[in-house]
Amino acid sequence: MTGSVGPPLLDVRDLRVAFDTEGGVVHAVNGISYTLHEGETLGVVGESGSGKSVHVLAMLGLIPRPPGRIVGGQVLFRGRDLLALPERHLRRVRGAEIGFVFQDPMSSLNPGMTVAAQIIEPLRIHLGLDRRAARARARDLLDLVRIPDAAARLDQYPHEFSGGQRQRVMIAIGLACRPKLLIADEATTALDVTVQAEIIALVQELKRELGMAIIWITHDLGVVAGLSDTVQVMYAGRILERGPVDDIFRDPRNAYTLGLLRSLPDLSRGRAGRRRLQQIDGSPPDMHHPPPGDPFAPRNTYATPRCRTEMPPLIQAPGAAPGHLVAAWYDLPARLAEERAP
Amino acid sequence: MTARLSLGATPRPVISVRHLSKAYPLRVWWGGRGHVFQAVRDVSFDIAPGETLGLVGESGSGKSTIGRAVTMLNPPTAGTVAFEGTDLATLTPQAMRRMRSRIQTVFQDPYAALNPRMSVGAYVAEAFRLHRPEMAAQDRRDAVAQLFGRVGLDPVFMVRYPHQFSGGQRQRICIARAIALKPSFIVADEPIAALDVSIQAQVVNLLQDLQADLGLSYLFISHDLRMVRYLCHRVAVLWRGRIVELAESDRLYDDPRHPYTRRLLAAVPLPDPAAERARLAAAAPAPHGAGLPGDLVEVAPGHWVAAED
Amino acid sequence: MSTGTPVTGAAGIAAPARIREPGSLAAFWRRLCARPGAVIGLAIVVAVVGMAALADVIAPYDPTATDWGAVRAAPSLAHPFGGDEVGRDVLSRIIYGARASLGAGLVSVGLAVALGLPIGLVAGYAGGWVDGAIMRLTDALLAIPFLILAIALAAFLGPSLTNAMLAIGLSATSIFVRLTRAQVRAVAAEEFVEAARAVGNPPWRIALVHILPNIVPAILVQATLTIAAAIIAEASLSFLGLGQQPPEPSWGAMLNVAKNFMEQAPWMAIWPGVSIFLAVLAFNLLGDGLRDALDPRQRT
Repeated sequence: MTGSVGPPLLDVRDLRVAFDTEGGVVHAVNGISYTLHEGETLGVVGESGSGKSVHVLAMLGLIPRPPGRIVGGQVLFRGRDLLALPERHLRRVRGAEIGFVFQDPMSSLNPGMTVAAQIIEPLRIHLGLDRRAARARARDLLDLVRIPDAAARLDQYPHEFSGGQRQRVMIAIGLACRPKLLIADEATTALDVTVQAEIIALVQELKRELGMAIIWITHDLGVVAGLSDTVQVMYAGRILERGPVDDIFRDPRNAYTLGLLRSLPDLSRGRAGRRRLQQIDGSPPDMHHPPPGDPFAPRNTYATPRCRTEMPPLIQAPGAAPGHLVAAWYDLPARLAEERAP
Repeated sequence: MTARLSLGATPRPVISVRHLSKAYPLRVWWGGRGHVFQAVRDVSFDIAPGETLGLVGESGSGKSTIGRAVTMLNPPTAGTVAFEGTDLATLTPQAMRRMRSRIQTVFQDPYAALNPRMSVGAYVAEAFRLHRPEMAAQDRRDAVAQLFGRVGLDPVFMVRYPHQFSGGQRQRICIARAIALKPSFIVADEPIAALDVSIQAQVVNLLQDLQADLGLSYLFISHDLRMVRYLCHRVAVLWRGRIVELAESDRLYDDPRHPYTRRLLAAVPLPDPAAERARLAAAAPAPHGAGLPGDLVEVAPGHWVAAED
Repeated sequence: MSTGTPVTGAAGIAAPARIREPGSLAAFWRRLCARPGAVIGLAIVVAVVGMAALADVIAPYDPTATDWGAVRAAPSLAHPFGGDEVGRDVLSRIIYGARASLGAGLVSVGLAVALGLPIGLVAGYAGGWVDGAIMRLTDALLAIPFLILAIALAAFLGPSLTNAMLAIGLSATSIFVRLTRAQVRAVAAEEFVEAARAVGNPPWRIALVHILPNIVPAILVQATLTIAAAIIAEASLSFLGLGQQPPEPSWGAMLNVAKNFMEQAPWMAIWPGVSIFLAVLAFNLLGDGLRDALDPRQRT
């Protein structure tokens, strides 16, 4: 998927987002660039403050301004710069060409409106369907997200649905206008693990049926491993590593990616053979006063003096699969080999 | 049957829970007598000195209710909780407060568990203020400084307030207070759920080090099945307010017997693309019957599984 | 990514990752000063307090001394605010009158907080039938309009400034009972209160050490707003003859007399009217500013 030809569906160029707070300016997104092709699934991994959520909200014009502001960059979606579009044009893109699903299915649905009304709304706004056609499509959408007895449940209110079903409804709304791109921001984080498994399986099937591109934002490497074609690791508003999913997990080139992978205990490893968890020391940076250079350097045992002063560019990792990009001044495979040879 | 729930020939358990139930009355306007919601029904387990028992289950399974019942923060409506042989329900409020020096809790959200208007040093020192009133102020400060060092925080931070700390640092402060009085038992209620991934391993390692040094027993409540296998000696799986399976953790993960346990384990995403894709491709175990789980039966030594009703 | 020192290297790295809670006094002061309304309110309050405190120094005349040459005299250089019906200097009476008005505001609200806070704390923290009984009584009192209740109480106690303060304070108590209780209930549901129980705090210590400091901001805001209402109440009571007794000045009492001379000597009414207006406005502005500056949601 990642090697597909033709212009990308989404082309983010040097996006920068800042927030003006009482404690000073917070540079939440510090010049990120990436592309996403039709039908590609991009998993964006990061923790709080990484900019993983803020950057998509910014490109959809959904951050509150002020205190937020877009400092610079371009976001080309099917050739048009979303950041330059007036709000009324952007509204037409949001929900129609780009659908999204947020973390909390409880607060994303209006408790005072029936589910039908909430699915029909975007259909009528964006597709101009009449009431009957929209209703028929709403029923099809509930079918699509595998809600049993869809016709009867259309006129129920959100509280009559379980948490997992509500997230299915949110996905139905996200998909209502057959978007080219679906953005899911921690869409399964608030759900129980068995419900999460159902939602992920559903998204997999829908992707096969509808062929849309997906940006799946999460902190859970396990979720990313199964869903994504490409994985992008973010930290302190920057992309530290990006590449095909198998390469990222098999051959991580950034110490932060490696640290995240190593700090996860293995579900199949028994207590007899277990080692102490390999932890990442320190805390995520204070975004009011980010460290100079590579933001992960203060927590990185492989950091070189250059890491502490200069941010490395995101470039093709030497000897890695094509499209596997890394931002690092150190050569992680070489350092790991040194460690193994005592 | 319950007497045999403990694992092998353990010494006297630190905590021994028998037939614990917690019911919440449902308000009815009039008529309709005695409607209750059974959050937890007839749960029994022991925890040995130095042992960690994992309590896993999904939202609404009653796992936090058990944690709060065991510590008498929200006492059970039936059943007994014996701590080092003492039935906690028989204690007066004063005696129970004294007992709290031996039983501690680490809460889920380190942002909410610290008093925003109390310096973190004073917060930790409170344990000594309450339980060692004879301690001189300087000794108390020294003891708190030592605790800060023990959990990996610089003692100069004692004078700061909670908002000046990150989530992981706050959880360290909570742990410092919990171990201040050298308790023998700590309930850790989702202690890593609110923390960033890169911080979770730090806190789990700290809990493990403290257990080795102080001989602590833990009740580790979590929905993170990977971390539970790593940290816990034994695991109890909770479903609809009952234990459906209880076993040594390797046994439970390698040979799950109850359909719900299997479903739960099969749902854990794996941080390995090939394995995870294979897992997604395999049909997930279907949800099983809506009935309530029955009593526990020992299917192998120390491996208890709920009978189907 | 060290593999194994028992205690991690987090020491030394103080990363204030998220700011959610009240910051330092300096930060609070900065936020307050960022609001023009609050600054204006604070400035007027400080001026009025200063005026009341230094009345003996700054007032040009004795507020009760009569001067037959100045009876209902229009404002002049000698009497910038004019003279009243018996020739007393209106400016001096305004300055001294600030003592009665401010005193009534501060003393009565102080009384209301002193009574309402402990009662609300008990109701909110004890719960059960104690809470039920206190709240029913409070609801009943709140059903009567504040001013009507104050007038009724003052009439019952007899006309004097002290009784007026007492009446206003008692009438305002239920406001603080209700607010304190609601705040206590909200704070008591926080996890740090549960953590306080878990470490073995007795109930009284939880209430005083863990809950009380967290509800002070809300009480402070309400107190400031209630002072404004109390100043109006004192003026109303004095206007009705139930507050400050002649010849001692109070802005309300001055208005009471002035209403008889509206056409001949309007300045007698204008100055106390303006004073009441400004003082009430100032306390309201300050209260709103405090609420914004103390509200945790204001800072992200």
